[in-house]
Formats: sequence, structure tokens, C-alpha cells
Amino acid sequence: MEPYESVDFFGIEELLSEDERLVQHSVREFVSDKVIPDIAEHFEKATFPRDLIPQLGELGVLGANLEGYGCAGLNNVAYGLIMQELERGDSGVRSFVSVQGALVMYPIYAFGTEEQKQKFLPKLATGEFIGCFGLTEPDHGSNPNGMITNAVKDGDSYILNGNKMWITNGCIADVAVVWAKVDGVIRGFVVEKGTPGFSTTLQEHKFSLRASVTSELHFEDCRIPAANLLPETGGLKSPLKCLTQARYGIAWGALGSAMASFDCARKYSVSRIQFGKPIASFQLVQAKLAEMFSEITKGQLMVHQLGRLKDQNKLRPQHVSMAKRNNCYQALEIARTARDMLGANGVTYEYCVGRHMLNMESVKTYEGTHDIHTLILGQEVTGIAAYE
Amino acid sequence: MEVAVCLKRVPDTASKIRVGEDGKTIDTSDVQYIVSPYDEFAIEEAIAIKERQGDTQVTVVTLGDTAAQKELRLALAMGADSGILIKSDSALDANQVARNLAAALEAKSCDLILFGRQSADDGSGQVGPMVARILGMPCVTDVVSVELLDGAVRVEREVEGAREVIESSLPVTLTAQKGLNTPRYASLKGIMQAKKKKIEEVEAQPFDARFPVKSLSPPPARPEGKIVGEGVDAVAELVRLLREEAKVL
Repeated sequence: MEPYESVDFFGIEELLSEDERLVQHSVREFVSDKVIPDIAEHFEKATFPRDLIPQLGELGVLGANLEGYGCAGLNNVAYGLIMQELERGDSGVRSFVSVQGALVMYPIYAFGTEEQKQKFLPKLATGEFIGCFGLTEPDHGSNPNGMITNAVKDGDSYILNGNKMWITNGCIADVAVVWAKVDGVIRGFVVEKGTPGFSTTLQEHKFSLRASVTSELHFEDCRIPAANLLPETGGLKSPLKCLTQARYGIAWGALGSAMASFDCARKYSVSRIQFGKPIASFQLVQAKLAEMFSEITKGQLMVHQLGRLKDQNKLRPQHVSMAKRNNCYQALEIARTARDMLGANGVTYEYCVGRHMLNMESVKTYEGTHDIHTLILGQEVTGIAAYE
Repeated sequence: MEVAVCLKRVPDTASKIRVGEDGKTIDTSDVQYIVSPYDEFAIEEAIAIKERQGDTQVTVVTLGDTAAQKELRLALAMGADSGILIKSDSALDANQVARNLAAALEAKSCDLILFGRQSADDGSGQVGPMVARILGMPCVTDVVSVELLDGAVRVEREVEGAREVIESSLPVTLTAQKGLNTPRYASLKGIMQAKKKKIEEVEAQPFDARFPVKSLSPPPARPEGKIVGEGVDAVAELVRLLREEAKVL
């Protein structure tokens, strides 16, 4: 197989520092060597490549933008590049790393006690512990404020009741960050595997993110120590802060998926001969490639500045909404177009485009659907919230 | 102990190479650079020795323009301790490179100097042995295993149909063959730590060019294939041509 060629039409690499480039190089090599060779088989068999977890920990991608506790302490552009390179391999692998870092390690880091940080973060950073994040419920997706899961204080304990759905890593998690209402206010809790009253079921029969574990979490009079409350959480803004972190990574990651699809479609169209010449010589094919090429370049410029804003603490959730919405939409369109350009070959696992296309259906939907991000931007420009 | 690794920044092996306007060097526009792959084995071996032995300093050295800092930084991120960049903006011949490397390493009194067996671009395979000669060290090329003994080293080489075991006193220069090890990825923590490590810069000295490149040309275009006919009727003619013209049968 020919080596992967990324897009850098506007010389964005020149905007990167030496360490940012080295991070990108290291993760790209890792993905080429360790993720790409087996990922189609995992996708087909609906298995998660668990053997990657300690290797991802050793490489340092888990919670890579956090400081201390065994984390690499990278800036947000380097973190974004990691997500981009991982998702070039597969959205399922990137999802694992996003959940671990942005949705489990981040809330413990931002809202936890020093004791909680010491206990969980170093093991989550190496991959010895796997984490999951329970916010969405069967009947509450885009409207998490309506959640039913609740926690009742009982002496030195809280008692949790409720169900969570569409939870990445759920069945394999050692640690769950779970959101529940205490007297009507959303708070975050750390629930450890094996706690009586806490169980999980695997969500099967999905055509997307097949190389990723998706689960339901069940809490039935689940008694957890009061010390497992993340004390700094309070209200919906706490889980939303986590989601902003994760959506930031997705905005970058989607470009990795888009570049994988584009690279595949470009190489295929140059080598595929029909009517005595490469299909790349036909105007319809060139128009598709030019469109993909332009959208990838626009997305790259957007996330680069998004990352610089985040490093300067000027990032607002609305910025992330725009980038997540745009890049996921474009990555899905690019994957669909690439699938089309490969003809019948595009529906096989021999090429990555079908897998990326199926994955992007989830990535466009999770962490705020395309439409919800549209309404966030609508509110930004009009001052009127359409969803309240 | 003191270990040095000499590495070279080379065009990515996936790059499409075009000859430059001077007809002697390659056109470097649109070329991505990497650490020459055999040199990565040398870096990995040095770091592995440091981890096994303890109390070992690994210095990485390269000759090139300022951009070659990136390749040194990668080696530092993998775990080397410090770097030396011998700055030169022009292409030097193997003699000039070897003399400059030897000059930079002389004061270090290295116990072990490691090279890749050859660079991925020029591939002359002679800089390692030349540095050893200049510094008066023995040199073993193409090693596939390295074991440190007390004041000596036992290495293995793969030779036609056999495996050769050689013991050498220290100091020694070794060149790394594929199979020596699997180079590690630079970890992200390693990359952050490497930002604090020192790269010393020295100017290249003007040693004589002994065998400069006079010209560089791309391989001749492959001649067009010949279609001798179609179907069963063509078989006899094809066999005749393979036997008499191509002489492969």
C-alpha cells in the first residue's frame, strides 16, 4: 500500500512549532504501524483493539493536554493534531482516546479533589484504568437537562438510580464519570467498576463505530461513597465544559477522517483506468477532488486558529460548535463522495472510505448533533435560543 | 559510558525525487525529511544501552542546515541526552562529512559510536568506517546484535548463510543493520522533555572534498512494452522472444 499523504495546501505545517510537528509525526507513525493494519478487521468483527490501550498510554496520548499526574502537558494544537492523526486511522480509536482524556480525565482534573486526581489520573494516563462518561440517557439526548438519573445523599454515601445510553467504553471501563441530579441539580460522580448496583450492557447491531465499545450503564440503588462526588461540579455547565473539550478534539479528528478518504479517492482515481485513461482525467472526478481538497484546507485553517484561541484562553463553546459542526459534516460528505468515486470497490473493507463514511454518521451525531450545533450558532447570531 | 550516534536528515523514502537545477543535487522543494531509517536503529540501540547500563550519556550528532535540528530533536525525544549540529548549508562529500563528525566527537572520548549502515539518500555506507579510521577505532559494520562486556563488546553480523560473532575492545564504532532492534516512537512526554535538552551548534570546517558528486541523473525512462500478438497464437513468438532477446528462459 502506498504511504499516506496528508493535505497541506496552505503550508499550515509552517505554523507549527517543532514539538507540535514531532507530536504529529510520532502519532502518525504509530497509526500507520499499529492501527491501520488491523482496523478493518476489528470494524468488521465489531471488536475494539484493546491491545492498543497500553501502547496509547506509553505513547502519551491519554489526557495529553493535562499537566502533571503522568500526563504529557501538551498545548491544545498538539492535542488536536493527535486527534486528527488517530481519526485518520479510525473514529473508534479516536473516540476511545477522546473519552478517556476529555470526558473522564478532564472532569476529574477540573472538578475533583486532590485525592481523586492522585488516585485516578496516573492510571488513566497509562491506560491501566479505562474510563467512560455517562451523561446521555435513553430518553434524554440533545436535552441532557431533562435527565432522570438521580443521587440521594444517605449518610456517608450517595445512592444512584437511573440508566445511561450510548456510552463509549462503558462495558470495559474501570471508572465511570456519571452525571446525576441531587435535589434537582446535576452533579458528577466517580463510580468504580464492581460497585454493587452498577451494571452495563453492550449495545450491539450498529453499523458505525464498530471498532468501539458502546454500552448502556444501569444504576439500581447503587451506593457509592460520598467522597466519590466531584465536588466542583454543579449544574449542566459542568458536563458541558467536558463536552467542549471533547468536541474540540472531534473538530480536529474529523479532518483526519476526511484526509484518509481524500487520500484514498485521489490515489484510486489516478490509478483506476476506464475508457482507456485514469478516471482522474474526467471533469466530474476532478470536480469532486477539488471540492474535497478545498473543504479540507478550510477546515484545517479553522481548527488551527481554534487551537490557538484555546491556548490563549479565548475559546468560547460557540467557536467549538462551528468547527465541530462544519468538519464533521464535511468529513461525512467527503467520505460519501469518496465511496462513490471508488465504485463497487468503495463498499469493501479493502478500502477505508466505506468505514470512514459509516463512522462519520455517528461522529456527526454524537457530542451535540449537527442540528443542535446549528441552533447554538443561530443563537449566537440572533441572541434567541431556539431550543429553550 | 559515553555513546554517540551520528544521524542524517534524508528525504522521506516516500518522497518523489527530482534532480535539481545544478544537476548535482536533488530538488528539495516539496521534499519531506526524516531521520535516515538505519540511523533510527542506531539511536534505539544507544538508548537501550543507556537504559540497561545506567550512567551513560548519549550524544546525537548530525551535519546539515539549521532545519536538521528537527531530526536531532526527534532523537532527543526518543531519549538521547544532548545533540550537536554541525552547520553546513552546502552538500559535502563523504570525506568532509566524516572529518567534521570526527572533529566534533574527538573531544568526547566516546566508548561507542553508532551509525546506520548507510544513509537512505546517498547510501555510500562509508562515513561510519571513515570516522572510525580517523579516530583510530576498530569498526564493525552491519551489526544485528550488541552486547556489552567488561570493557569490550560482542556483536553479531549476518553474513551469507551464517551468523558471525565478533568481540572488539572499546572504544569501537558500529554500524547498524536492519534487525538490530525496533526503534521506539518518540513519546509525547519525551517530546516535551526534549525541549529542555541542549543542542550545541558548531560551524562545519572546510575540509577538502575528495570525491565530490559531478552529476546526478534520473534513471532512464523505461522503454515501452511490446505487444507480440493476442491469444494462443502469440505464445510461440513470446517464448521465442523471452528465450532469444530477453534471455530469461
